[in-house]
Amino acid sequence: MNFDDLFGHFGQHTVDGLSKGAIYALIALGYTLVYGVLRLINFAHSEVFMVGTFAVLGLWTAFGVENNPPIGQAILFLVLGLIVAAIASGGTALAIERIAYRPLRRKNAPPLIFLITAIGVSLVLVEVFGLLLPRLLGGAVPSMFSRERIILGMPTILEQKTVIEIAGIEINNIQLIVFVSVLAMMAALDWFINRTRYGRGVRAVAQNPETAALMGVNQERVIMLIFVLGGIMAGAAALLWSMRFGITQSSIGFVLGLKAFTAAVLGGIGNLRGALVGGLFLGLVEVYGATLFSSEWEDVIAFVVLVVVLMFRPTGLLGESLGRARA
Amino acid sequence: MRRSYSRALGTAALAAVLVAAAGCQDTSGDDTASGECGGKIAIFGAFSGDNAGLVLPSLNGAKLAIKQHNDANADCQITLQEFDTQGDAAQATPIANEVAGDASFLGVIGGHFSAETDATMPVYEAAGLAMVSPSATRTDLTSKGNKSFFRVVGNDATQGGAVSTYVKSQNATKVFMIDDGSAYGAGITAELGKNLGPLLAGSDKIQERQSQFDPTIAKIKAAGADFVFYGGYTREAAPLVRQMRAAGIKAKFVGPDGLYDPAFPEGASGGAEGSIITCPCLPADKAGGSFAADYQKAYGQAPGSYGAEGFDAAQIYVDAFKDGKKSRADILAFVKAYDKQGVSKYVKFAENGDVDPTKVVIWSYQIKGTAFEPLQELKLS
Repeated sequence: MNFDDLFGHFGQHTVDGLSKGAIYALIALGYTLVYGVLRLINFAHSEVFMVGTFAVLGLWTAFGVENNPPIGQAILFLVLGLIVAAIASGGTALAIERIAYRPLRRKNAPPLIFLITAIGVSLVLVEVFGLLLPRLLGGAVPSMFSRERIILGMPTILEQKTVIEIAGIEINNIQLIVFVSVLAMMAALDWFINRTRYGRGVRAVAQNPETAALMGVNQERVIMLIFVLGGIMAGAAALLWSMRFGITQSSIGFVLGLKAFTAAVLGGIGNLRGALVGGLFLGLVEVYGATLFSSEWEDVIAFVVLVVVLMFRPTGLLGESLGRARA
Repeated sequence: MRRSYSRALGTAALAAVLVAAAGCQDTSGDDTASGECGGKIAIFGAFSGDNAGLVLPSLNGAKLAIKQHNDANADCQITLQEFDTQGDAAQATPIANEVAGDASFLGVIGGHFSAETDATMPVYEAAGLAMVSPSATRTDLTSKGNKSFFRVVGNDATQGGAVSTYVKSQNATKVFMIDDGSAYGAGITAELGKNLGPLLAGSDKIQERQSQFDPTIAKIKAAGADFVFYGGYTREAAPLVRQMRAAGIKAKFVGPDGLYDPAFPEGASGGAEGSIITCPCLPADKAGGSFAADYQKAYGQAPGSYGAEGFDAAQIYVDAFKDGKKSRADILAFVKAYDKQGVSKYVKFAENGDVDPTKVVIWSYQIKGTAFEPLQELKLS
């Protein structure tokens, strides 16, 4: 037990944990939005994120981005990356909805069937990117698909530099960008769901699908909308991930998806603000746990905390339905 | 009606694409009849997956040895059947049961990783099948009293000692050790730790599939290390070294043979530049005979990690079949008594299955770009 390290650099670990959790939170939104409306845990969402990272990698490779490009270029490629990742992830999420879930909904399939389908879609996507594309495109795009299931590196788009230093706590430029973008996206989404006409439709369907339909809300449109929104958030997370860690592979979504789902449950699944709180909380717990023991205990600590929290608050930190904030 | 028809068509088309793609998988070893001489052997390891780059050269080396033999001896054909475990002990075990239960298999090359080897050793031993590993290096694999396991590679105790000698010769003052908790990574890191003594400044354990390393990096910084040793494989090492460099850690990065994999520098996107990789495997041009040239010709690339060892492992079986051995027991006895110059080293096994310790060679390589440049042969102690 390394209390010296934990408390000696407590501020620094907090910053690290929050920036780690911020990305969980963005992905968690996708789980929470879909759950809020459909009561469905969309396990394929982790692959929506994975597709986003491949889109970013593809874009940067296509333009031959090198390590540490000039700042103007870096910003350009980050913005382009955001657009491409959002389109790829949003498109994937929408495609999953149309191809996998909609036919089931038409036939009133029981919830368990949706769950199995979600897991199946997730596996299919992992293997499409891990096996099928390398075999079909290995020769054409060697930088992405040269070998099956390989780990892929991306260029460093921004060099990590300390920009803020308060009382020995260093915050670097990348962490700052991650915080600011995650908070901005959360605020935008929160505003969208709570303040716009479309958002009202989403909330109406979430609260009572039949009544919403009677009131003239088009349920199918709302469902498409939440899948696309979740996908866009996952795309943004994919860009932030690529900027911060610069790696991807077909199975990259597995662990992250699990963590993001945990974050969503921790905060109260179906609750947008809960996803943010859950993500940040999970990131903090992981970093504190890894510091206190060693990194191999990270997941153990995180899940013990999850179990303890759910014992006392079975609906998560903020509860499953937080009135207006609920999706 | 039309709708369901088009959907069925779409499903059929998708299935066709999948089948076609699956068909692209290269199948080696044809099932030609094997008259009086020859027979069938199995090779298993991580031929796909995150760490395949480390293992494929060995598979290619083994295929090369078999092909050279088959081309030269039309009347004595040997079949090499591949089993992909992705390096996972859980996938290796059913394969071991299948191979052990199929009487046509007379010998096994593998496992390539220590964990899959450890898990399957008892199965093959019970079936009386010889197992020759080109690259499973964990020390205790040969201290369990297993009667059918052999390896043509030096073990981690030897390599751990060599790494320690190396960092001491580089005037290291503070070494930070990290491992992935795997049978191999934790084993070799522990061997190094035993030798480092007061130079050890700190350590951390990470987990497989981890990709974010802030706490570990904070620990390295706090320890003020000038050398960082990582025991494990590419999947975790590539993001780790990259995040270390991004965080401004200048310490020299040293890794064992698990990182002798082209995917490591590629995945680290420049972060691995200058890293030192040790390996009980020979630089291609130091291997004996025409091996390096033959390999280059057959596969269009230089043999990477364990290409020569894979060749040697297969050559042992080739020699056994040439000698007319036809049963599992005869082949096991033949392997045990093997005593011959191979391309990677002189191959002769000690009683426990380890290759003769005096014949083991360990080399250090430095990463330049995405290439592994041989630096020097390391002293063993």
